Amino acid sequence: MRTTYREAARAALREALRTDPRVFLMGEDVGRYGGAYAVSRGLLEEFGPDRVRDTPLSESAFVGAGIGAALGGMRPIVEVMTVNFSLLALDQIVNNAATLRHMSGGQLGVPLVIRMATGAGRQLAAQHSHSLECWYAHVPGIRVVAPATLEDARGMLPTALRSPDPVVIFEHASLYPVEGDLADGAGAVDLERAVVRRPGRDLTLITYGGSLGKALAAAETLAREGVEAEVVDLRVLRPLDLPAIVGSVQRTHRAIIVDEGWRTGGLAGEISACITERAFYELDAPVERVCTAEVPIPYAKQLEDAALPQVDTIVAACRAIMGRP
Amino acid sequence: MTERRLEEFRMPSLGADMAAGRLVQWLKAPGDRLARGDVVAEVDTDKGVIAVEVFTEGVLAKILVEPDEKVPVGTPLALIERGEGAPAEPVVPPPPAGAPAVRERVRVSPLARRLAAELGVDLATVPGTGPGGAITREDVEAAARARPARPAPTEPAEERHARMRQAIAAAMARSKREIPHYYLSTRIDLGRAMEWLAGRNRDRPPAERLLAGALQLKAVALALREFPDLNAWWVDGRAVAQPGIHPGVAVSLRGGGLVVPAVHDADRLGLDALMRAMHDLVARARAGALRSSELSDGTITVTSLGERGVDAVFGIIYPPQVAIVGFGRVVERPAVVDGAVVARPVVTATLSGDHRASDGHRGGLFLARVEQLLQEPERL
Amino acid sequence: MTSGIIPAASPPGLEREHGTALLRMMLLIRRFEEKAAELYGAGKIRGFLHLYIGEEAVATGVMQALTPDDNIVATYREHGHALARGVPAGPIMAEMFGRVNGCSRGRGGSMHLFDVSRRFFGGFAIVGGGLPIAVGLALADRMLGRAAITACFFGDGAVAEGAFHESLNLAALWRLPVLFLCENNLYAMGTALARHQAETDIAAKGAAYGVPSSAVDGMDVLAVEAAARTAADAVRREGRPHLLELRTYRFRAHSMYDPDLYRTRDEIETWKRRDPILLLQARMAEPGMLGREQLAALEREVEREVADAVTFADAGQLEPVSELLTHLHAAAAP
Repeated sequence: MRTTYREAARAALREALRTDPRVFLMGEDVGRYGGAYAVSRGLLEEFGPDRVRDTPLSESAFVGAGIGAALGGMRPIVEVMTVNFSLLALDQIVNNAATLRHMSGGQLGVPLVIRMATGAGRQLAAQHSHSLECWYAHVPGIRVVAPATLEDARGMLPTALRSPDPVVIFEHASLYPVEGDLADGAGAVDLERAVVRRPGRDLTLITYGGSLGKALAAAETLAREGVEAEVVDLRVLRPLDLPAIVGSVQRTHRAIIVDEGWRTGGLAGEISACITERAFYELDAPVERVCTAEVPIPYAKQLEDAALPQVDTIVAACRAIMGRP
Repeated sequence: MTERRLEEFRMPSLGADMAAGRLVQWLKAPGDRLARGDVVAEVDTDKGVIAVEVFTEGVLAKILVEPDEKVPVGTPLALIERGEGAPAEPVVPPPPAGAPAVRERVRVSPLARRLAAELGVDLATVPGTGPGGAITREDVEAAARARPARPAPTEPAEERHARMRQAIAAAMARSKREIPHYYLSTRIDLGRAMEWLAGRNRDRPPAERLLAGALQLKAVALALREFPDLNAWWVDGRAVAQPGIHPGVAVSLRGGGLVVPAVHDADRLGLDALMRAMHDLVARARAGALRSSELSDGTITVTSLGERGVDAVFGIIYPPQVAIVGFGRVVERPAVVDGAVVARPVVTATLSGDHRASDGHRGGLFLARVEQLLQEPERL
Repeated sequence: MTSGIIPAASPPGLEREHGTALLRMMLLIRRFEEKAAELYGAGKIRGFLHLYIGEEAVATGVMQALTPDDNIVATYREHGHALARGVPAGPIMAEMFGRVNGCSRGRGGSMHLFDVSRRFFGGFAIVGGGLPIAVGLALADRMLGRAAITACFFGDGAVAEGAFHESLNLAALWRLPVLFLCENNLYAMGTALARHQAETDIAAKGAAYGVPSSAVDGMDVLAVEAAARTAADAVRREGRPHLLELRTYRFRAHSMYDPDLYRTRDEIETWKRRDPILLLQARMAEPGMLGREQLAALEREVEREVADAVTFADAGQLEPVSELLTHLHAAAAP
């Protein structure tokens, strides 16, 4: 079936609302407006205002209310418009959602799903474009996932809703219009494993979310030069699938992490450290990172492009690590 | 101005039972720069020829013991001039270009360094073709193909064997004399572990397959994180918990005798890396190419005699360690599962513990933890 | 929807049995916390310890208006609320000792008491952080067709947080059954209400969000009970939030490590003359209510309960370090 990432995400929402009466969706403009990215268009008409709830611009209150409703037996899906806005709810996510089970000695559980858009590339400047996935991936007690494909956009939500603990889903905003084929019976997928999207023997490109397409394009270019890059899609940012990462490095002996987050204190650094800890004696070259430049994302297109990881910067890093001019 | 500080490099103690060593050859010459971990000499001990490393930075100043001399542990072998930052005599101008006194550190990838050690390739002779002139795996493999095989030790085998037996006898007798042993044994169901191994090994060439021994060693190493009283040395009348988990793996040598080289930080190695480390240790133990730290750093011993058809091992602790874990063979035994009798693969795991450092209660908890870990092989 | 204080003269006639129960609970909270302060000095209790002494009438009175199905969300000063809700003293003391028989297995300490069997959803220690949670609990009850209400305690300091304003608005907008209970003890830690709020009438703020609001003398347990029953009944009947401001005062410093420099001795002594326990004892002194002997017996009973709690806590085990990572997620493994 030919479809888009947006429609795949919507199909997942619709299925969840149809099959479980405890599920409801809430967030800013998810109802009448149809979702800031049109993901929830038509759901208000189908399921009514009780289960598709427009909220005030009160991130702290409606994310906290999602936590409370989860404690009270519901299975809420809370949409936060972008990761930049989610900082207004960071207190609720970090201090409550992530802590309550452990701090209550296992008495409480927060089966909550939070979806939010992330990432740059649409000239939205520095308050709508950042990639702060690693801030969430830093926190024990929540699971953090990044669907990069149609299958995952369709399949991660049902699995997240079955989790007895909070799951944060990051949807890269540039992916919503991406078209592709989705199997008719596509459904739930695991929230555990990284996946090799392209096998290769010479080096490993480790990436996730909106950067997966760029990494695959870079691998195509490299293949024409005789360099076979393996591309690993992390899918799950917390907990990291370290066996998959290390396994790939053991095959290729070289690793480059492509991460739209900033370099300093980021996920790429974490992954690099894990490789060094677990596969140091497998490395035939230093681990490299291709990250976003250390600036707020600018509006002007040429500046924004220059700030982000791009296919040519990934290719250049691969050539360098292979000792090629 | 920096003071000249001369430090003695002494004949190391590579095991509780080692009294003396014979210097086989120096691998560094006076004037050579020494980095922490550099192998500087080969010493022949009762257990074989061991590469000896230094733990200080500096320059080899003077050699005090010539090859073939046998000296007691603790005897100064050489003097090392320690220097941090400034050269020893700052008034002397640096030597002219073209004749550097200090060799540049060679850029070598970690993989290439590991391979070079395994293949016995001298990195100083290998040209690097990687980024920045670094030596890569391919460079080492090319160098290994181009060079003749390493000569074997010259001592007659019978003599060497007799000395090793003597050393083992001394250590074991001392252990039995001084250490109040207690012994525990438990039978562990390996059904899940063997099934998981089979799945994992299905598509792998024989050289890359995991053996049950790697799972057992990893389980022991992980369990030791919670039992520092078993991962300890008995020193000066008390147990001292060791900061790293370095289980010694008993390796029997062809022609008799055994050595127990340590797998460093085994709890932090992935299963594949652990398997490779075990293969590597066995190969180098049998080639007489172990490093000194591998023989002296063991914090516990793990011995597996399953391949010899043994059911259970009741080991003698290797001082100054305070415990030894044994595994017998994996055999099918009847078990009751869901009300039906079925055959399950089981192994008998044993613990010999030093009662001065721990007790049967702790030991029992430890074996239970090992068993629990082996029920979830995918997490090891 | 104007704010106003319910006059202290209005509480209904006092029955002997009920009055004794209220007095017993307030005494239990008082003695329990005095013991906690002592044990803090002895090093048995560590971390922060915020005492409720002086405010006992608030939790004790409000709990009378709640059913076992109702939810409670409290703050970090919540020993009194937990006790008044019926959480046994032993597990609370054990929690402060950091023992595994504590009501949160020793993971929360004084500020994070939980007892899900009593729908006590815990001590929240980020000021204002519990309000959105309470809104969500009420939303779940509403969507699942349950009749319960959610009682949400918070202090006057929380009124300055955005979460207060967002939560009142959301609860009113969605008509959710939340009883907002502002324990106004006049100080946000060391900052007096008038020094952090332009409008110090907290009930007036509730009214601005369309939340019916009133205030009550928080030192008079009978007045608190009456006001809480009125407000809780209105929440149940109308299916929308109400706010009750409880004007009270803490007699002790903010926490154990607070020299109390921001209040005068005079002010504290003035409030202590309205000690909620003394006020109720005075009411109970009428003939046929509670004699001197009976009061002494009550004191002994409470002392024994506190002593038993300490014994229970002392007997508790420390959770093995190997369980550090358990309960991070529902599956036991890390």
